[in-house]
Amino acid sequence: MISDKNIIFDNIHGFNSSDINSCTKRGDWSNTKSLISKGAEWIINEVKSSELRGRGGAGFPTGLKWSFMPKEKNKPHYIVINADESEPGTCKDREIMRNEPHKLIEGILLAGYAMQANHGFIYIRGEFVQEAKALDKAINEAYDKGYIGKNACKTGYSFDITLHRGAGAYICGEETALLESLEGKKGQPRLKPPFPANAGLYGCPTTVSNVETVAVVPTILRRGADWFSSIGNKNNTGTKLFCISGHVNSPCVVEEEMGITLKELLEVHAGGVTGGWDNLLAVIPGGSSTPLIPASVCEDIVMDFDSLKNVGTGLGTAGVIVMDKSTDIVKAIWRLSKFYKHESCGQCTPCREGTGWVMRSMEKLIHGNANIRDIDILKNVCDQIEGHTICALGDAAAWPVQGLIKHFRYEIENRISNYKVLKVAE
Amino acid sequence: MSIRRPAANDLQPKSFIFNKINTKEVDKILSKYPKEKKASALLPLLDLAQRQHDNWVPTAAMQCISEILSIPLIKVLEVATFYTMFNLEPVGKNLLQVCTTTPCWLRGSDDIVSTCRNKLGIDFGETSKDNNFTLLEVECLGACSNAPMVQINDDFYEDLDSDSMLKIIEDLQNGNKPKPGPQSKRFGSEPIYKKAKLK
Repeated sequence: MISDKNIIFDNIHGFNSSDINSCTKRGDWSNTKSLISKGAEWIINEVKSSELRGRGGAGFPTGLKWSFMPKEKNKPHYIVINADESEPGTCKDREIMRNEPHKLIEGILLAGYAMQANHGFIYIRGEFVQEAKALDKAINEAYDKGYIGKNACKTGYSFDITLHRGAGAYICGEETALLESLEGKKGQPRLKPPFPANAGLYGCPTTVSNVETVAVVPTILRRGADWFSSIGNKNNTGTKLFCISGHVNSPCVVEEEMGITLKELLEVHAGGVTGGWDNLLAVIPGGSSTPLIPASVCEDIVMDFDSLKNVGTGLGTAGVIVMDKSTDIVKAIWRLSKFYKHESCGQCTPCREGTGWVMRSMEKLIHGNANIRDIDILKNVCDQIEGHTICALGDAAAWPVQGLIKHFRYEIENRISNYKVLKVAE
Repeated sequence: MSIRRPAANDLQPKSFIFNKINTKEVDKILSKYPKEKKASALLPLLDLAQRQHDNWVPTAAMQCISEILSIPLIKVLEVATFYTMFNLEPVGKNLLQVCTTTPCWLRGSDDIVSTCRNKLGIDFGETSKDNNFTLLEVECLGACSNAPMVQINDDFYEDLDSDSMLKIIEDLQNGNKPKPGPQSKRFGSEPIYKKAKLK
């Protein structure tokens, strides 16, 4: 369990004020100038050796990603913050933006400097109106204090931050769709390559990073990469915000060490599973896109990227959705299929047609109004979507259903045979 | 994907211009983006137009914006029909959006939905006769640790149950604004229990 001295976001629940004076008292902006004076290379190397992995879902090593930006500056460079938090089960960036906005803004300046960007954009989901107001206020405070803008933190470096509100499209959380949206177009993902580091926003070198990833950087630079990498396990270091929702006694957002066991996370912070640990049916460990794991796996699973990958799921955004034995598991996953059907951007045929097809098949399975072979057809369709689309939304739509079939096939089969018996009786 | 089309012709106003205050706001928004990349201001301008025009975007507003940004009308139409936050038809004074995605559903969004339906006498996609409420079903709004929740205009109402939902609707019907945020004893997304020890 995390010790108090290792907590990065000490105001994550907003018990204290989020204005710049309170944030400075808690340590934000304390020696930004001296951090910048150590140079871009030092910042990137420090992030590299902290082994920080992206907090937006994919878990790509952050320092490595940042180092992909061209060293020569022929065009403007941009840093774009992905605050389009829309993955079902995920609500961590919202807490950072409304309660710890200066950690994020300082992080953007440092990351922007490291990548020779003079302009940063924050793309926040449109529904977060109050969070956008809080962030806007914080950005203005930072301008007024001279922390950003011309001669940011008196370093001679000029850096602007623009807050850009989205308008209700999950797909804009995909980095290239986000860039399209930021350019004033429909949020439809781009083909890669070219990757954003070569041709991103307005065709210029761009790095897109998640809110949490960037917001932990100032603390890493202050306390040292060694401190951060000493928390957690090899290759899965540091602390992480976990969002716990669903059937627990006390849903919450909480910061914990990487590598905490799922059981400890739920029992210690979330008041336990409703009806006790034995009442647990399944957990979706990393937001809706990650396949569920049944209670038997939950017993001693560790919450980090590699451990979860080994059991066929992923840490994703660490949005832990807990389901107890009262849950209609097929309906729960059907609802996710409905979500992906609604959010498909319509660009690639396997996803546009497939998500609707999967949703309708799942709907039949809720009541068992299907044939046993339909399960394999459904699985086959999911396999056909996965990996055959421009972006990962197709994969994300397929994984929850594949996970359901893998672990709860018996449940679906029971429903189908019960439905047949009922029909005969009628 | 869902099919979204502009409202029927008889509902569309003949013209649209930004009012005096918003014209200044337009300039402010444009100044945030590189000069030659004005199109970036499309989403903010559509939002501004919607706020000025009773919370929905008429085609005339799209025309106006296409002229301001020097982009073809079809590009604006494409964007306005793509993003679900732009209401393309008139909506009630209170746009009540109920999240029913899995994390909210697990914690009883079905009850919230039936409370809204019964109390307001309208279904998803409908507007009440007095034009006070429009009810919508929406996908995850990103407040899962405070589920179930609804969004009413710009505010989130979280940690709901049937009683608190009923009270919110009654407040709005009486012309009062209920206090946004968690309707439980919680302040935000903190755990209600103190840290427990692992048994």
